[in-house]
Formats: sequence, structure tokens, C-alpha cells
Amino acid sequence: MTVYFLCVVLLTMGLYCLVAKKNIVKKVLGIVIMDYAVNLYLIIIGYKTGGIAPVVEPKMLENGRLLESTLERFVDPLPQALVLTSIVIGLGVMSLMVAMCIRLYEKHGTFDMSVISKLRG
Amino acid sequence: MKGMTLIVKTITDFVAGFIVIFGAYIVLYGHLTPGGGFAGGVIVACAFILLMLAHGSDVAFSKLPEKVAHVLDSAGALAFLGIGWFGMTAGFFFMNTFGRGEFFRLFSSGMILPINIAIAFKVGSSLFLVFSALAIFRRRSFRAMIEDELA
Amino acid sequence: MANIAPQLYALLVFMVIGSIVAIETRNLLSAVISVSAVGFALSVAFLFLGAPDIAITQLVVEVLVLIILIRGTILLDNTAVDTHRDTLAVVTSLIFFGLILGFGAMIFGSRGFPEFGQPVMRVSRVYVQTGLPATYAANIVTSVILDFRAYDTLGEATVLFTSILGALALLRREGKVSGEEVVAA
Repeated sequence: MTVYFLCVVLLTMGLYCLVAKKNIVKKVLGIVIMDYAVNLYLIIIGYKTGGIAPVVEPKMLENGRLLESTLERFVDPLPQALVLTSIVIGLGVMSLMVAMCIRLYEKHGTFDMSVISKLRG
Repeated sequence: MKGMTLIVKTITDFVAGFIVIFGAYIVLYGHLTPGGGFAGGVIVACAFILLMLAHGSDVAFSKLPEKVAHVLDSAGALAFLGIGWFGMTAGFFFMNTFGRGEFFRLFSSGMILPINIAIAFKVGSSLFLVFSALAIFRRRSFRAMIEDELA
Repeated sequence: MANIAPQLYALLVFMVIGSIVAIETRNLLSAVISVSAVGFALSVAFLFLGAPDIAITQLVVEVLVLIILIRGTILLDNTAVDTHRDTLAVVTSLIFFGLILGFGAMIFGSRGFPEFGQPVMRVSRVYVQTGLPATYAANIVTSVILDFRAYDTLGEATVLFTSILGALALLRREGKVSGEEVVAA
């Protein structure tokens, strides 16, 4: 139970960094921290106590069929498939955000959001 | 972009080939051991990024030109789609119609191996292109900024 | 296998402390390196939770995130100074935190959520039992993402393609590319 609570704390700190800081690169870091928290939460949901990784080895087979005892010990493979997708998409989105940071710096000369967001007549 | 010192260049010459081979191993054995196309593709991209950081962008682009990287990127995505359409001939989209082979061999499990290779090409060349575009030293404005400071 | 809860708690506390350092420090380089430390601890946590596939992917993606962030932004401007404290942001974050905890307590109280260590596995039971005989692949996670659910992986490849295309289009080189000839009028 406490494990879920710590995941939520990590998510909230990423959100605080995204909302409260003025520097654009810090906002990007906040989104990265939120990404980590969500991926960790998904993998924790799929964990089975005393479980082993879902990779079949030759000694687990018995004339072509999987032993029932090892079948009960595998960790849930479905959240791992989701998180694999999510990690790589996080990388792509972060590279797009860094490209936007670079273009904003070239146009305004600073990373400070309160200077950039002033409307010019 | 200029390169780094002589020590870094020598170590890179030793290590970069091994990184590509290790990435290819993780891609090819993705259906037997943990790994797969995404992790292996990122490792291969890291090898080329190491070349670009240590020697400079000219040497890196002589090994893998920009146009070739764009072609590999699109070819990987189209190959993935093509394997899916090929399954349509036997039933539904992405149906596994290739030969299955035996357990625990390299050339087994149908369409998983070609899809891993296509994904590795796609992810590797995409990330190499993005890094070469993001590297600040190649932006004209940064060069103007340092020339202003040095002048 | 022994209970992994102590190691998991230690890693989570390390991650929380690392992100506090990343949020509050003024030097951008220190912030980026702290976030990378959080990412490496996350990769070790994935190993403890029985997901070696994810641990490898998280490790190499973390290295690439570090390289892209340092090479792309730190060279331009390295300081991040805040002038005043933004109370609206703190209040918003606290409200969000309270809402999540409230809903979580409601769901935990009504026993609708599985305990830590006992997943439901209604769909995964079929995948684990028929994974090896149906696809002949020993790695069950790979057979899930590339055989049973290959369409979702196609969607992911499309998202990656689009985001990289967007980044490349944003960073197009200004002016003429060297090598083109100017046609004399």
C-alpha cells in the first residue's frame, strides 16, 4: 500500500515542477518525472509476490508443455507490454519538447517563461 | 561540430564496432531473451551518436549519410506495415503466416524476427537524425553567438 | 524468493529525494543529472520487479535522454532563477494530491483494487498459457507485443515516427543549404 502512495508522491512532485517553475527546461524535467512515476505504477500493479520474469527456459518444459508450477510463478506480462510502448513514446515526445525549447530560445533569447509569455502588441 | 581529445577518439575507435554488434544481438534474439527491437535500435543509435560526439559530424555522416538515414527510417516503417498487410492474405491483419520452426531457435516464431529488425532500423535511424538536428553546434545562430563573444 | 518490499521502498525514497533535488536546484546541469539518477534507480527497480525487458529499455532510453538534454539546452543557458513563490501552483498541486489520495482510499476501502503482489491476471493467464505453443517465442512479453497485439505496436511506431518528424521539421536549417547553386539572373 505504501508503495502506491510513494508513486503518487512522485507523480505530484512532477506536476508541481511542471506548474510552478518558470524555466522551460524545468517544465520538461517535470514531464519526464511524471512519465517515470506512471511507468513505475503500471509495473508495480503487475508484480506477483515471489514471481519470476516471464521468459521461458528449456528446463521448464516437459515434453512440449509448460509445467503448471512455473506457470503460476510468472509475473504478469501484460503491463510490461504497455510500459515498453510508453517508455519509447516518452523519448519521442521529450525530443520534440527539447526542439521547441531550442526554437523558443532562438526567438526570445531566454528560457524564462514569464518573459516569453508577454503579449506583444 | 568539432570532436574531442585524442584519448576519447582512440577509445571510440575500439568500442563503437562492439556496440553495434551488441545492439544487433539484442535485436536478433529478441524473441528468446529480454530485449527486442526498441532497446536494440536505441543501442545502435547510441553507437553512431558516440561517433558523432567523438570525431565530429563529418566523420559520422561519412559513415551514415543523412539521406541514407531518412531512407532507412521510412523503409523500416513501411516494412512493418507490409508484414501486416501480408498477413491479410491468410486471414486477418497481422496474422502470423510465416514458418514457425522449433522452440528456442533463432529462425523461429514467424513474423516476430522480421518485425524486430524493421523496428530496429526505424528507431535507430530516427534517433540518430534527431540528435544530429538537435546538436547545438550546427545551428547557425549558435555559431553567430560564439563569434560575437570571441570577436 | 524473499520479499522485495524493503529494497523497493529504499529505491522509491531515493527517487523522491532525487526529484526534490532536481526541482529545487538553480543550476540546470544539476537538475538534469538528478533526473537521470532517478531514471537509473527506476531501471534497478524494474529489475527487482521481474521485468528485465523493461529494465534494458529504460536504461538505454535514460542515457539518450541525458545526452539530448545536455547537448540541446545546457550549452545555451545554465541558470534557472525564480523571482517569487507561485502560491496558485502550490495550491493546485496539493488539491491534485488530495484528490488522488481521496479516490485511492475510496477504491482501496471497497476492495476493488488488487493488493500489492496479487495481480488479477484475467487476460494474461491466456497469454501465458498459450504464448509458447501458439507463437514459438520464449519471451512472453515479445510475443504479446509483436504477435497477439501487433496492431498496438504499429500505433506506437506511428507515434514515434510523427514526433521525430515534428522535431526534425522544427529544427530545419535556416536559409540556403550549402551546396546549392545560385542561378544567375
